[in-house]
Amino acid sequence: MKRQDDGSRSERAARMILGAAVITAAVLTGAIFVYMLVLSFPLFTHGQVFRVLIQDWAPLQGRYGIRPMIGASLALSSGALALAIPASLGCAAFVTIFGRPKPAFFVRRFVQTMTSIPTVVYGFVGVFLVVPTVRDLVQAGSGRCLLSALLVLALMITPTMVLFFIDAMESVPKEYVLAASALGAGPAEKFLWVVLPCARAGLITGVLLAFGRAFGDTLISLMLAGNAAVFPSSLFHSARTLTAHIALVIAADFQSLEFASIFVCGVVLYAVNAAVALAAWSLRSRLLENRP
Amino acid sequence: MKTRTWLFTILCVALCLPAGEVFAGAYDAFQGKEGTIKISGGTAHIPVMQALAKEIMTRHPGVRITIAGGGSGVGIKQVGEGLVDIGNSGRKPTDEEIAAYNLKVHQWALDGVAVVVHPQNPVKSLSLQQVQAIFAGTVTNWKEVGGPDKAIHVFTRDEASGTREVFWEKALKKGPVAATADVVPSNGAMKTAVATDPGAIGYMSVGHMDASVAAVTLDGVTPSVETVRNGTYAVSRGLYSNTKGEPSALVKAFLDTLYSPEGRAIIEAQGFIPVP
Repeated sequence: MKRQDDGSRSERAARMILGAAVITAAVLTGAIFVYMLVLSFPLFTHGQVFRVLIQDWAPLQGRYGIRPMIGASLALSSGALALAIPASLGCAAFVTIFGRPKPAFFVRRFVQTMTSIPTVVYGFVGVFLVVPTVRDLVQAGSGRCLLSALLVLALMITPTMVLFFIDAMESVPKEYVLAASALGAGPAEKFLWVVLPCARAGLITGVLLAFGRAFGDTLISLMLAGNAAVFPSSLFHSARTLTAHIALVIAADFQSLEFASIFVCGVVLYAVNAAVALAAWSLRSRLLENRP
Repeated sequence: MKTRTWLFTILCVALCLPAGEVFAGAYDAFQGKEGTIKISGGTAHIPVMQALAKEIMTRHPGVRITIAGGGSGVGIKQVGEGLVDIGNSGRKPTDEEIAAYNLKVHQWALDGVAVVVHPQNPVKSLSLQQVQAIFAGTVTNWKEVGGPDKAIHVFTRDEASGTREVFWEKALKKGPVAATADVVPSNGAMKTAVATDPGAIGYMSVGHMDASVAAVTLDGVTPSVETVRNGTYAVSRGLYSNTKGEPSALVKAFLDTLYSPEGRAIIEAQGFIPVP
């Protein structure tokens, strides 16, 4: 009897501590959002409420719009995903289904090692390898462009995505795969019709997390994308992402409207990443409910 | 362990004594002083700050000096907010900044801002009008200014750069910079960008230049220590170290060494012109 009391008391304490931690985390996240809104207030009171989001960036002419940066961020992260998703799917499929044990093991270890390479190393390699190559091949501009950043960014987010995909594919119940084999399915058919549909919740989580990482990455776009604050109309044009814009303008005069614009960038980054996380959450829960 | 530390200290002091006698004065101000000096801001200042810090810290191990970059804007902001002891800037802080933060401004050098191209670029001389047209984006091919048939890649600096401000005011005469120009965040990044791109043009601190980039003669004047000193090269600026109010004794000792013969020698060795 006494032991049970103890148990429930310690359980209540644990629940309270964990609850407090959750509330603190939620309040802090909310506070950051409010803080950014407050600090971007000068721009909003300057009579530019929505113009900030749709205008171009020309501080000397008094325009502090961040549309070019929003465009660049979205183009860069979705482009990197478009490259990285097929590569990651192939890699994960090789490790879990198609590959012989030894090469599969090697690839898995290799991918795990790749996740621990710091971003700045990718950026560095990009500056001395990717940028000159793109410049020589494309012959349009300095080689610092969306394409260079996109290639390196895709390389950076692939390992994380591969690990997520491997986890998702390995959690597919063995019985399903065996049943498909018994019905005469080959490896490709098993992959397409059994593994992929069963693993889709994990796959989607991996993709959305990778998108968040690509969208929030600063260093690669700062070093490779060229940072011209112009709406990107081609893969070969110099572009400035929201994160690079923050890094470049953070040193400006504290009172200036340039400085206020970086908080609007922060709000946009925050909103997009929050939307992605919420989408991942709801998709995941819906898919898990429908699971056979 | 403790005796070993003591022995090491005594050894250091013993080693430093003869040197201290030869170069009497400048570094003696740190005698018996201990503590940390935090420095941040202008990227042009960094080589001088590092060389000076090395001299001081080897002689007086009790003094720690940390040096960070960030750009002129960061330097002014961080010293104003009390985050660092010295905030460097490659431009004089504005009157508003001086008033808002109660800054004390110490100028210790003159620096030129040179137009730089890739060393293999045959164009070694440009007029001010040509430079303005290139940065405005109206001239886009090197053949229009006497070079090969190759596109010009324009590199500029970030919004908070003191180098950019001086270049924009004195070379571009506040003219436009093409919005499509690539932006790099420091003098070092500018050097890397121009050194690795045969079609590049950019601008950077004269003190930061080396053989990996080539300076362009502007209206017939080559940017160098001599031409900046005698005023014939007009695109120049002061290098400033700012403190919030009166500096502490330790920080003052550091600033004073910048004006001492030893400090001036370091400033000259890094390619700047000591002032006054």
